[in-house]
Amino acid sequence: MSPQDIAHAGGTGQSGDPVGDAQRGRRQFESRVDMRRFLALLGKESRQILRDPSTALIAFVLPLLLLFLFGYGVNLDTARTRIGIDQRDHSQEASSLAHDFAASRWFDVVDAQPIATLGRELVAGQIRGIIVIPDGFGRDVAGGGGTIQVIADGALPNMAGFIGGYADGVRANWMTQRALEQGQATTERNPAIRVEHRYWFNPELTSRFFLVPGSIAVVMTMIGTLLTALVVAREWERGTLEGLMATPIGMGEFIATKVVPYFLLGLCSMALCALLEIFLFDVPFRGSPPALLAISAVFLLPALGQGLLISAATRNQFVASQIALLTAFLPTMLLSGFLFEIDSMPAPIRLLTYLVPARYLIPQLQTVFLAGDDWQLFIPDMAMLLGFGTFFFAIAVKVTRRRVA
Amino acid sequence: MISVRLKSIIVKELWAILRDPRTRITLLVPPIVQLAIFGFATTLEVKNITLGVLNHDSGAWSHEVIQRVAGSPNVARIIALQSDEQVRQAMDRQRVIAVLRFESNFSGNVTSGRGGVIGMISDGRRSNAAQIVSGYLDQIAVQVGASVAPVQMRAAAPPGSIVLNWFNRNLDYLWFTMPALIAIISAISAMSVVAQSVARERELGTYDQLMVSPLRVGEILVGKMVPPVLIGTFVTTVYVILIPLLFAVPLTGSVALLYAALVFYLLALTGVGMLVSVLSATQQQAFLGMFLVAIPLILLSGYASPVDNMPGWLQAIAHLDPATYFLRVTTGVFLKAMPARDVLDNCWPLALICVVTLSASALLFRSRME
Repeated sequence: MSPQDIAHAGGTGQSGDPVGDAQRGRRQFESRVDMRRFLALLGKESRQILRDPSTALIAFVLPLLLLFLFGYGVNLDTARTRIGIDQRDHSQEASSLAHDFAASRWFDVVDAQPIATLGRELVAGQIRGIIVIPDGFGRDVAGGGGTIQVIADGALPNMAGFIGGYADGVRANWMTQRALEQGQATTERNPAIRVEHRYWFNPELTSRFFLVPGSIAVVMTMIGTLLTALVVAREWERGTLEGLMATPIGMGEFIATKVVPYFLLGLCSMALCALLEIFLFDVPFRGSPPALLAISAVFLLPALGQGLLISAATRNQFVASQIALLTAFLPTMLLSGFLFEIDSMPAPIRLLTYLVPARYLIPQLQTVFLAGDDWQLFIPDMAMLLGFGTFFFAIAVKVTRRRVA
Repeated sequence: MISVRLKSIIVKELWAILRDPRTRITLLVPPIVQLAIFGFATTLEVKNITLGVLNHDSGAWSHEVIQRVAGSPNVARIIALQSDEQVRQAMDRQRVIAVLRFESNFSGNVTSGRGGVIGMISDGRRSNAAQIVSGYLDQIAVQVGASVAPVQMRAAAPPGSIVLNWFNRNLDYLWFTMPALIAIISAISAMSVVAQSVARERELGTYDQLMVSPLRVGEILVGKMVPPVLIGTFVTTVYVILIPLLFAVPLTGSVALLYAALVFYLLALTGVGMLVSVLSATQQQAFLGMFLVAIPLILLSGYASPVDNMPGWLQAIAHLDPATYFLRVTTGVFLKAMPARDVLDNCWPLALICVVTLSASALLFRSRME
């Protein structure tokens, strides 16, 4: 802030204040708000934000990067898994089954070697599973049996689970197919009980659809908490904040000028994310834009409050950045239910997630995108977020006052 | 021999970081908190779920299925629903992840041999969890179905697959997360420190002083690389001690190999962080720049989802990510007793990343002097 700005802001504050001294003392906060001064400060803060290229990076490049990574990189839908086959039986049956594995849409057979060699490749991570077709397999099949061995890389537990299931599926299909070709009745008869699956909101179960709205939460946390914490901490570090405090602006006005620009920036970035998701990534948007706007605006309150609080409590950019990372970014990524299921976490950590504001945002985002406007779901979550917001702002004001005094 | 100049810059850099007690705490405490919280939280297993049941069937078989479901270790609660309207509400509000529907003729169909059908509605908003829960229900259906007609299912030598999971027999997810977390947390610690190093000097104006000192560019960079490498080593050491002790994850391989790879990893990270730092004019830019690098570094490393699942062109990009290599080493050394050759295979790409990024940093550092 330039000296002229301060002088100007201070001057209008003095001359434009119609309230008497006694009242001023009592209601210092409200009485000193001056619209012109406020707008001037707001203009200064906004220009400062737009001037720094790193802000643009976070507001406009980060959403792109996240969408891109969540859209393509974080893929929980299993792709073709690289496996090796140790075919010890050279009967026609064994070769036919090996061929089915090679043709399967689940597997990519990259090597056929004895198990000792394949085992080393499994350790190196070149393959993720080994299929062993044992000696005598053809004879066993003719006798009504036929067992194969599947070895999966347990170092990737989820993938290993899929490999076991899919490999058995390939084998079972091959058996059925073979029985049909030979004109036999299939051994698998109509099952006594089966489950018919339907998936609401996302019938194709595209994982992109649930990952991508989460990027809005991450981006808004970054702008609300991390960016605000960094910028305000720098002002503390350099002492420019004390300078500002020495002017006649009130605490409310001061906080508003710091917060409003980031609030607007957060909403712009959210809008960019949402538009890209809908038009580029084909994520359905079944709710209404006003609902999305309301949800996001309410979430930005605790995010900004937390940012202010961190900056006032640390007054050091490095410490502020680390604390923001630990208390805002990582919980939003990992404890909000967006990547990992909250219900599956151990009880103490489940309790901890109730303190993560993003936990109340994620279900709202998933619903507004994939299900539609459901105010009965939104309103309790919004109330929680407003509660967090009020709490953070109240503490931030208190800490700032104490620090200045 | 370390020259006097080099020694003094290293001491100065260490002081710059460790002088402030709050910085010391933020460097040492969060990694340990993260180990506990994120180690447990980041599971792709699905446990403790709440299911809804809408049962129009009064027979024994629906009751049997519900009992089995309630007894499953993955299911915490079952909510009895009375109408389609309640089903819709429970699903919309995410009170349940899935609803099982039994029609009134379910048990009749099971006993008569026509086959009973359970209608399962799952919440596609949580597609991954929904899919896993569906799998559980299929298994339960098969198990209960087997008890309907035990005689029919018996064959002489039943065909099948014997599935063995090497390195992690019970597919315990923690066994993967914990070693993988070493790669992630040490990266965050080391890169946060190195990214600030040059940018802070520039912001405070001490950059020019550094330039007019008799130090060479190489010495300045080496001095700035020592603290992040030390901090990364410290964090890793804490993890290597705590993970087998607290979480019973087996450490099957050689710790010496792990440390050898760690040095390459930390050097590669400081190279990347240094590049960010040299390109930044302020600490804010350095931090945000570091962040923009750290996000893909973490997400492409294989920690959030396997690299194998990514499209081919993105796998190629993942090969530029130092964390991809080190994550293979940590999980390999912990679970697979990875031999030296495989560890080395993952070290030379790290060395390459380090050389390229540091050379670029040195060039930029010099060019920014003017």
